[in-house]
Amino acid sequence: MNEKVTSIKIAGLGGMGVLTSTQILADLFFRQGRDVKKAEVHGMSQRGGSICSDVRFGKKVFSPMVPAGEIDFLVLFQDDQLPLYEAECSPQTVILKPDQIDLEKLGNKRALNIAMLGLLSRYLDVSSEAWLEVIHEVLPEKLHQVNDAAFELGRSGV
Amino acid sequence: MGNEAVALGALHAGAARGIGYPGTPSSEILDVYNQLGGKAEWAPNEKVAAEVALGVSFAGVRAFTTMKHVGLNVAADVLFTAAYSGVDGALVFVVADDPGLASSQDEQDSRRYAVAAGVPLFEPSDSQEAYDYTRLAFEVSERWKIPVLLKLTTRVCHSGTIVMPRAPDTGLAAAHFVRNIPYRVMVPGHARPAHRRLRQKLAEIAEWNETDGPNQEIEGSRDLGILVSGVAYQHAREAASDASFFKVGMSYPLPMRKMLNFIESVKRAVVIEENDPVMADAVRAAGGTIESAPEMYRFGELNVSRVKRILAGDVTPEAVPPRGKPPQLCAGCPHGITFDLLKKYNCIVAGDIGCYTLAALPPLSSMDTQICMGASLGTGLGLRHVLPREEAKRVVSVIGDSTFVHSGLTGLAEMTYNVPPTGHVLLILDNTTTAMTGQQEHPGTGRLLDHSPANQLDYEKIARAMNVPNVGTFDPIRQPAEFEAALVEALAKDELTVLIVRRPCILAVARKGVKPATTEG
Ligand SMILES: Cc1ncc(C[n+]2csc(CCOP(=O)(O)OP(=O)(O)O)c2C)c(N)n1
Ligand code: SF4
Repeated sequence: MNEKVTSIKIAGLGGMGVLTSTQILADLFFRQGRDVKKAEVHGMSQRGGSICSDVRFGKKVFSPMVPAGEIDFLVLFQDDQLPLYEAECSPQTVILKPDQIDLEKLGNKRALNIAMLGLLSRYLDVSSEAWLEVIHEVLPEKLHQVNDAAFELGRSGV
Repeated sequence: MGNEAVALGALHAGAARGIGYPGTPSSEILDVYNQLGGKAEWAPNEKVAAEVALGVSFAGVRAFTTMKHVGLNVAADVLFTAAYSGVDGALVFVVADDPGLASSQDEQDSRRYAVAAGVPLFEPSDSQEAYDYTRLAFEVSERWKIPVLLKLTTRVCHSGTIVMPRAPDTGLAAAHFVRNIPYRVMVPGHARPAHRRLRQKLAEIAEWNETDGPNQEIEGSRDLGILVSGVAYQHAREAASDASFFKVGMSYPLPMRKMLNFIESVKRAVVIEENDPVMADAVRAAGGTIESAPEMYRFGELNVSRVKRILAGDVTPEAVPPRGKPPQLCAGCPHGITFDLLKKYNCIVAGDIGCYTLAALPPLSSMDTQICMGASLGTGLGLRHVLPREEAKRVVSVIGDSTFVHSGLTGLAEMTYNVPPTGHVLLILDNTTTAMTGQQEHPGTGRLLDHSPANQLDYEKIARAMNVPNVGTFDPIRQPAEFEAALVEALAKDELTVLIVRRPCILAVARKGVKPATTEG
């Protein structure tokens, strides 16, 4: 129980792929042999409301929800969502926003979520292959090419 | 997530059938159960679902029914007397509470139902326990021939933690009928002994819970002992990692002797539970002394920070989290047109529950009441009966298609039976799906849970069969002028009118990639 738990919060609007990204992260860390918990918000069918979800991994995780002040990575799919979560951040929180990616190069806007995971991947000690393997399992085959490129854009900036 | 774990648990327990009505956060269970190969169906409402499940269990096999907490209000009539009759195979009520109201109209605590009806209740705290307790719930139900509640909460349903499944149950009985009139026909002469049998079963189950129940004691510092159940356990372990814990897995009947021993074994004992002070009250009634959360923590769900505050006795006001962008009707949602019209004619709108309830929020602000499923009819009629004529004539009841099938049919019978002097107008917003909870099928869509074809209700014929004189169907997008004219005419008449406003939900069409069964009036 000594290993520190890593806590990631993903936030965006309904329809932007928050749940898919959560699934990818949870599967990824499960494969890395970690205890993983995720907490999602479901139920509002309509598009466009603010939503967020939490993923936590480590040797042993208790609460599925990230406690206030303990967010290690806040991944925003839209810049203007920051004020909602700022109070839960600490000086150590790494905040990732779409403006850190060259959006001009993003072929398909709907792949933004995967590009943001690519950006997050720079901070985590997991190989590109392991990431892409999980991404391929979660997303339908016809989207693989677009999302591979999006992931690479986030991870290396090109 | 927890809902998937429940579905897998039910499959491995050999359930013959799962029957439910959608409701956040329970909705995914039956879809997953179906995908895993289980036999799953949507019923028109939770009461019918529970009755079908009870019938399955009367055939000597295992059944379960899924619903959200308020669904149990609808199914409560079944639960209370099924507790008397008992079951033959097994019957598990999977009920998902929503502390914090992520997506509900109230935050009632289903543990109260276990006490009131006298049925055992299990409370998992993560996905593994959701799986394990589902299986245990079937075993306890079958062993004592009693319905069992499995209480989930939003954070158990929609959180995902790693699950290790066990080998499926084998050698279960095949469905068969054995006549047993004194046990299954609940007339007073049969129900009196049935009540005694129920109390006897509960006494035995309480003993079992003391010795073999899924309760867990975690040794830690004796300075602080925490009595806890459900997902609050996970928050509490993190908030007070050094404390001792007594985690209750079966919250009714409680393992009270063990709980009292635990409380006495520590210097300071605190109970941490979400929603109502159910365990706190029970401990005190049994003569125990325990600290519990101040009243302010009864509202909303718990988390690590709130548990820390409770343990510190902190009653200073909590920071109010900033509000995000509220959900809105999707751009192009067919409901929008209807509410624009109701606003234009300054209608008093007795509303109901579904996506269209969003019309109550600005900028539309054109829904005046919303209480529970089906209430649009009764409340609208009540207003029509007593309001002055000029106001009464502006009252319109508005209900979604799934909600109409769920509990609008009896309201329509009331409308045609006790007719207000000014008549009444009912709009059935038929978007050919249960949109709010994720586009599930229902008896009006013409498709089963797995989207295969089925019989389809005909709302026009239903209204005519109930002797409503004015009935019409309009597509609000293709026939806006005709729809508006029909509404104006209905508001002017002192007669009963039912208008079916039919246009598929755009998300349902996008998701299925096929046209829903009905697209034209
Ligand atoms: C007793 C009860 N069961 C379930 C729910 C959850 N729920 C809320 S609205 C709704 C159905 C909405 O479908 P519909 O009436 O067709 O409206 P739509 O969302 O499609 O516009 C459901 C299942 C509830 N609030 N109460
Ligand atoms: S999900 Fe369907 S019914 Fe609900 S707001 Fe969107 S379009 Fe309208």
